[in-house]
Amino acid sequence: METLAQLGTGFGVALSPENLLWCLLGTTLGTAIGVLPGLGPALTIALLLPITFQVPPTAAFILFAGIYYGAMYGGSTTSILLNTPGESATIVTALEGNKMARSGRAGAALATAAIGSFVAGTVGTLGITFLAPVVANFALSFGPAEYFSLMVLAFVTVSAVLGSSAVRGVAALFFGIWLGLIGIDLQTGQARFTFGLDELLDGVNVIVVAVGLFAVGETFYVAARRHAGKDEILPLRGSLYMTREEWSRSWKPWLRGAAIGFPIGAMPAGGSEVPTFLSYWAEKKLSKHPEEFGTTGAIEGVAGPEAANNASAAGVLVPMLTLGLPTGATAAIMLSAFQSYGINPGPLLFQSQPALVWGLIASLYIANVMLLVLNLPLVGLWVRILRVPPPLLYAGILVFATIGTYGISNSAVDLILLYVIGAIGFVMRRYDFPAAPVVIGMILGPLAEQEFRRAMTISNGDWSVLVTQPLSATMLVLAGLALVGPMVWRVARRG
Amino acid sequence: MAQRPANGPAWPETLIGLGLLGVAGVVWWQTAAIATSPLYAKVGPRIFPYLTAIGLAVLAAAMVVAGLRGGWQTDEERAVATDWRAVGFVAAGLLCNVVLIGPAGFTLASVVMFVLVAHGFGSRAPLRDGAIALVFALAAYFGFAKALGVNIGAGPLERVVERLLGA
Repeated sequence: METLAQLGTGFGVALSPENLLWCLLGTTLGTAIGVLPGLGPALTIALLLPITFQVPPTAAFILFAGIYYGAMYGGSTTSILLNTPGESATIVTALEGNKMARSGRAGAALATAAIGSFVAGTVGTLGITFLAPVVANFALSFGPAEYFSLMVLAFVTVSAVLGSSAVRGVAALFFGIWLGLIGIDLQTGQARFTFGLDELLDGVNVIVVAVGLFAVGETFYVAARRHAGKDEILPLRGSLYMTREEWSRSWKPWLRGAAIGFPIGAMPAGGSEVPTFLSYWAEKKLSKHPEEFGTTGAIEGVAGPEAANNASAAGVLVPMLTLGLPTGATAAIMLSAFQSYGINPGPLLFQSQPALVWGLIASLYIANVMLLVLNLPLVGLWVRILRVPPPLLYAGILVFATIGTYGISNSAVDLILLYVIGAIGFVMRRYDFPAAPVVIGMILGPLAEQEFRRAMTISNGDWSVLVTQPLSATMLVLAGLALVGPMVWRVARRG
Repeated sequence: MAQRPANGPAWPETLIGLGLLGVAGVVWWQTAAIATSPLYAKVGPRIFPYLTAIGLAVLAAAMVVAGLRGGWQTDEERAVATDWRAVGFVAAGLLCNVVLIGPAGFTLASVVMFVLVAHGFGSRAPLRDGAIALVFALAAYFGFAKALGVNIGAGPLERVVERLLGA
């Protein structure tokens, strides 16, 4: 009951005309960048981070959350019509969705994706509403050792478990942690890794790293392989309204997708690839029309993964808000926005900033409604955005990248750093290194160090506290299992 | 990932591993240079950097081994030859931007970068691209940057437009 009262207050905040406008701006922008290949929510929010100096936190987070949710909706349009997933989370949607579009059922595919996103997004937001306060309460008992171990667990899952290679994932993570360590050490005031450059004393800005990897690196990558097959945009055919049969084939996958997506997203592992693939696999097994999978396109294969994707995106916000634990690149950048306001997400956030938290959660419900309207009747508008020629699109992205980075301090050093990180991002992309662990390591690494040193100070330098406290030990064991488990499994299967 | 038959060392992957080994070495060397006070001896500012250096070194060694055994790049990716000409034009655009943004201002630097990058991506209408870039950069400067409240250094062109707008 208390939760509902809090949520009511939240709606009071979110329904103010100004915040509604921020939400509309965020969802519109989010859909647009979700539709555009090469642009994602992490990059967009990074470019908009300077706005945190201009507007109150509630407005900024409503905007960011709208972008985050909107990108999930918009990504499906690109997957279905272009077969180039706009976001990594919509790879699975492209499998069946593009087949449906090829057999003239693009309208139904877009409709089931949008309505499924709405259903699952709303279920996921309900999940946040009721789960987040519980997790926050539980986390109140965490000490530095527990926090450190929890972060280690998150490190392992985001870098080693997701993605194609543990070695490259963890290498990307360590590289990110190192970037995060550059600058003045807050506890001792010692400069670390500044190489004598005053510009580096404040540390490397997360905007530079995110924009370098996601905008500059991506531009190099697309330029380098611009002859590697052109994708055609399929025409939008078929009624946007689903037939009775399509409804009856969609609603169960929506709910199953939401049930798969939210818990996985809410775990300190995060990631949306796993739940979308799981949902696809489940729908393929359960479908009464297995012959349509991979041939003419099965609507269940769009409805389920799209729902799973949106529910897991909602789930990711639970550890972010209640534990200050980002499990995706976008969440990591949102965490740095909190830091920029001097707000620490974590269990105390619900007590110290109730208007902000509940206003944000309420705005997620509103964002889902707005996105349903933006993505169904207005889908034709977004299809037009897909037609922006790549030369202008990528040249334009680099102009925005300049504003985002040069605007920080008007320093050419930042621009050079941006381009160096862009070149690294290019190599990483070409040789199959994930980029998200770099951003997560950069944001979370220094926090993990802080908790570690706190724990050591309390224990007087005795490392064993990490394993003698049951909760901390459990999380470290889980992290170890997650790291070694897949390798053992692979060896066992081969032998 | 599909294991390809061993077909000799893959030099790019081996180089990446060696490069990362170099980074690990730099991290170690720079960590040793961090001054510490005996007060913080147990939980000082060096522990995490040392752990990072060790982690990077171990993973880099694993990559060198994987590289010498044939690499890990996917067949699809390996089959696509890098278009160095396109990459070169994008890089040239970025370089011009760094060099010009100070003396010439954001808009002019952006126009030069925009035209070079668009050319790299296969556009063959530099005048049209330049015109689009000019409008786009001015709109970005006066819309986006001013709305965000970031100052991206006005050059002569921005001052002229500002005076025109003010008049």
